[in-house]
Amino acid sequence: MRTMRMFAVPAILLAFAFLVACGGGSSSSSSSTTPTQTITSSGNNVASISVNGGPEGNYADAAFVSVTVCVPGSSNCQTIDNVLVDTGSSGLRVLSSVMTLPLTQQTSGGSPVVECFPFVSGNTWGPVQTADVEVAGEKASSVPIQVIGDSAFNSETVCSAPQDDVNSLGANGILGVGLFAQDCNASACLASYDVYYACPSASTCTAITEAAAQQVQNPVSFFATDNNGVILELPAVSGSEASVSGSLIFGIGTESNNALGGATIYTADPDGNFTTKYNGTAYPDSFIDSGSNGYYFLDSSLTGITECGGDESGFYCPSSTMNVSATNQGVNGSSGAFTFSIENADTLFNSNDSAYSDLGGISATSAPYYFDLGLPFFFGRNLYTGLQNATYPNGYWAY
Amino acid sequence: MSLNVYHQPKMMMLKLSLIGHRARSCESKVLLAAAALAMFLPAFPAWAALGGSAATVQADQIHMQGTLRQTTAATYTVHEIQSGSGILVREYVASVGESAGKVFAVAWQGPWPPDMHQLLGNYFDQYVQAAKAQSAARFGRRPLAIDQPGFVMEMGGHPRSFMGRAYVPGMLPVGVRTEDIR
Repeated sequence: MRTMRMFAVPAILLAFAFLVACGGGSSSSSSSTTPTQTITSSGNNVASISVNGGPEGNYADAAFVSVTVCVPGSSNCQTIDNVLVDTGSSGLRVLSSVMTLPLTQQTSGGSPVVECFPFVSGNTWGPVQTADVEVAGEKASSVPIQVIGDSAFNSETVCSAPQDDVNSLGANGILGVGLFAQDCNASACLASYDVYYACPSASTCTAITEAAAQQVQNPVSFFATDNNGVILELPAVSGSEASVSGSLIFGIGTESNNALGGATIYTADPDGNFTTKYNGTAYPDSFIDSGSNGYYFLDSSLTGITECGGDESGFYCPSSTMNVSATNQGVNGSSGAFTFSIENADTLFNSNDSAYSDLGGISATSAPYYFDLGLPFFFGRNLYTGLQNATYPNGYWAY
Repeated sequence: MSLNVYHQPKMMMLKLSLIGHRARSCESKVLLAAAALAMFLPAFPAWAALGGSAATVQADQIHMQGTLRQTTAATYTVHEIQSGSGILVREYVASVGESAGKVFAVAWQGPWPPDMHQLLGNYFDQYVQAAKAQSAARFGRRPLAIDQPGFVMEMGGHPRSFMGRAYVPGMLPVGVRTEDIR
């Protein structure tokens, strides 16, 4: 049976969490190898997260958190809910449409600095501004963040296919708490990357080289303590559920509630990848990413799992549940086998739930193939994302 | 302003492809012309690559300030451009069939995506519309998967590690398997 440390939480949350614990407990008793999961819910360094569909109610498999943003050094603050927790990127990005604060604009040579930050699902475009960022009891002072979709800057000339409103983003913002301290590069982010721009006018933007300290920063690295990584703790999900709740915990081994314990460390390479082995082949461009909303891996020709058609192209749609076995291997040589299942995405989506344990799709490219272990991989695991430091220069995952 | 930006590249592309047709027998002149254009318009967003003539590969190399390496297969040539910033682009040029001399596929890998305006050329608008349609169809951050009869594009990875490819199915020369495009 699971144990849960719960202090000073509303009775209704306690009752809900207990239900979750009982459900998970009964399923784990059927498998003697499943370790007991303890979800920490109290502490100055603990923020509640929910997999609940987000602001539009129909986002599949994303964890959302509330973030408080303040004018630096002031009590002029606003709390923004439904911010997506993303261990696959670094830095806070908030939609301009939900921001009400007058933040300070970063400039370069007198011109506003605007960023086109690339995600595979669409770029985020908007100015770099400075804010104090508070999550749970943690505070990051004077952090460069990105304000997405500010109409003062025209994306069309330099930043294609931006996701710049709640209808395209499906969230009010993205809290990037990934492996790296900066969003682009620990040295300068080169102009040739086309990530940072100086925009003397709304639609005249020139790519610039952005120094490390000016780049959008992982706020965790700015915390006074608990600044060496995060843990996502989400319960196991059986098939699909309307919503599940868990915790985002700051720091690893810095408090009584965030010890590494018996978790195995898998270190990343300089690109933020490690190796997943499947069916005798190693895929060294694989990664763990709470900001991906499924298991994305290989393609139908290699997995034998049918791809969906039409609007759901890219998801897997097998006629019956498919079981997959694979092995993760860190750059440090540590290795561990894992299994998961893929169900028909079309059937899953018809349930109109928000948390799906068996959602997946193709990783979509042979140049090269890889495994993207998204949010379902976090269900039932306390998953540590270690920030790059002297011991782990490219960060690590542990579970 | 945005109208200008969308119209100008198309005109420029036309000029480049005209040069390409006229000067197939004197490739050095094409290179010089492309280099001259690149000097005048160093940050120009779109030289068509996908669907364009082989001459556009040279323009891409200049735009990316990269080194070029060629490998030849039975029915096509791969032009591999490695940029100083770590982005690798491969452009597949057919050597036989109706699309001979044209770029029928592109693939890329690197810390950041390449300039999609430049790499996708005429197919850029199709990419943007399909990418928007994918996010409108269902919320969720996931790899890009566009599979249309006339245009296939996939992009995956994460910040600091992107990979992807795009091709025009109807332009593939005989004997090319889609998994060869990588």
